[in-house]
Amino acid sequence: MSLARTGARTTGPRTTGPETTGTRNGKKRTAGSIAWHLGSLAVLAVILYPVVWVIGGSFKPNDEIVGSLTLFPTDPLTDNYQRLADGIADIPISTFFGNSLFLAVGSVVGVLISSSLSAYAFAKIGFAGRGVLFTLMIGTLLLPYHVLLIPQYVLFQKLELINTYTPLLLGKYLATDAFFVFLMLQFMRGLPKELDEAARLDGCGHLRTYWSIVLPLCRPALITSAIFTFINAWNDFMGPLIYLNEPEKYTVSLGLKMFVDQDGVANYGGMIAMSLVALLPVVAFFLAFQRYLIDGMATSGLKG
Amino acid sequence: MGAAVTSAPNPAPRPERVTRQDVETAPAGSASGGRPPGAPGRTARPHRARRENLAGYLFMSPWIAGFLLLTAGPMVASLYFAFTDYNLFDAPKWIGLDNFTEMFGDARWRTSVEITGWYVVIGTPLKLAAALGVALLLNQSRRGQGFYRAAFYAPSLIGASVSIAIVWRAIFSDGAAVDRAQQVFGMEAGGWIGDPDRIIYALVALTVWQFGAPMVIFLAGLKQVPRELYEAAQVDGASPWRRFWHITLPMISPVLFFNVLLETIHSFQIFGSAYIIGSQGNACGPADGTLVYTCYLYIQGFENSRMGLASAMAWMLLLAVGLVTAVLFWSQRRWVHYEEGAR
Repeated sequence: MSLARTGARTTGPRTTGPETTGTRNGKKRTAGSIAWHLGSLAVLAVILYPVVWVIGGSFKPNDEIVGSLTLFPTDPLTDNYQRLADGIADIPISTFFGNSLFLAVGSVVGVLISSSLSAYAFAKIGFAGRGVLFTLMIGTLLLPYHVLLIPQYVLFQKLELINTYTPLLLGKYLATDAFFVFLMLQFMRGLPKELDEAARLDGCGHLRTYWSIVLPLCRPALITSAIFTFINAWNDFMGPLIYLNEPEKYTVSLGLKMFVDQDGVANYGGMIAMSLVALLPVVAFFLAFQRYLIDGMATSGLKG
Repeated sequence: MGAAVTSAPNPAPRPERVTRQDVETAPAGSASGGRPPGAPGRTARPHRARRENLAGYLFMSPWIAGFLLLTAGPMVASLYFAFTDYNLFDAPKWIGLDNFTEMFGDARWRTSVEITGWYVVIGTPLKLAAALGVALLLNQSRRGQGFYRAAFYAPSLIGASVSIAIVWRAIFSDGAAVDRAQQVFGMEAGGWIGDPDRIIYALVALTVWQFGAPMVIFLAGLKQVPRELYEAAQVDGASPWRRFWHITLPMISPVLFFNVLLETIHSFQIFGSAYIIGSQGNACGPADGTLVYTCYLYIQGFENSRMGLASAMAWMLLLAVGLVTAVLFWSQRRWVHYEEGAR
């Protein structure tokens, strides 16, 4: 099932569900609609409770956060946010955000280039050994990352690359994230064959077909991959935890961990304020691109 | 299908071009109709195949380098380290199966296996049940469906972050929201974070909270179930439960299989949330309450510099995940129904 086809199906006119096809009267339909909305709102309340609680909590004084059931403070304070300006362990939090941004953007560039190249080769080039490489690629999809943790660390340690960003970025430029290769490959398979055949007849080599024809048509898959990569890199904890050991190089995740280690339960206010600020880029991406994310997610499951 | 459709409207200008391009780039199948007899196709084919191979391996070169350097090579190295005593600075010393015997005799290792096992066995079914239940609820064409779908999906994007782990710590700590709610229902007082026996349920709650990702996949699967089946069943007087059991479930079983496989494999690998949620200056505290497998692997490898032992642990994890995957694939013959003609 290609992304193109799924997209068309989800955005196209929907057939009505069994509930509305019968000869029900209007009253019953309204009752069903109200019940449906009540059910959905109940789920929404459970989902949102922690988020609302923590937003309210970030405006409360420390001793009121834990131990108070009210969602919102009686008189809101911005102290928790103001204190963030002092940084964590004398490092301004803008440093952590800058580092995370650098890693996330660097990862996006790497994944887009390397994964689309591999996907193009699998989808459009009939080279010898394609089947074997494809099987290996799918195999890495299911491989637990932790098997590679120790030996990769040993490798980067021998190369004296510990406490640099190279170990965190290199894999992105070498298409090790098979999920994105697979996502783009599925999309490319759905493109009409006539397009690249026409391009070849007009004298385009593979590089030009890839760059001028296939890539522009793959925009939705590229956007989906870019956002997922950004969010994954932004949220990544284990990679930076293992490879970075100088606080000036820490990412936001490690900055938060430092906060936890340093203050423990004493400073919940500052901790959750910082947590919320750390989530802002992810939430912004979600609000702007949720359609791409959800369609991309749905596709990954349809052709398992 | 493609070649016939495109060549029909404008047959005139093509043939002369084909003879020229056929030598270099045209794919083997597409030119079959257009090539005039005696064209230089036969002598050019090996040349063309070589060009395709060259192009293929050039495009694949980043992936191949990554596979050799960061996946295959490390796996071989890891297998070797598993049988050695290695602290990263002295040369690895071959010790045979000692790492494995030490591991099996280690009570803390068994604790980590137990905690991970509970987490997988409780968390994954709960999460998938929530995902399927909400997907069934949402799978109706009503206004607001898109909004709810997006809102329910959101936790899956942020759930694995350190931020949310900190939020969870706050909510489940002593005297906080969950503790109060328990007291209202007359349950045992005390937050879950400080209690090594109950903190794992805070972790389970966190994974269930992220049911949105499998829900989206279920929804996509549910959309593909033909409506006629339900209508026919309704005419026959089948109850909603029977319709679910005999139509919905078999029809979405491939998607269910995919979700079970993916979520189970993911559950085995939980790390960040477990590390942060119970951390009190030490990883995965208190009293090893959230000492999931990867946490212990991290402690042995990076805090105790036992690279050999940690490699052995990683291979045990790989074996466990491989075994579960194999069992799932074996079992799918019994309960996964692929439509005839579907890929």
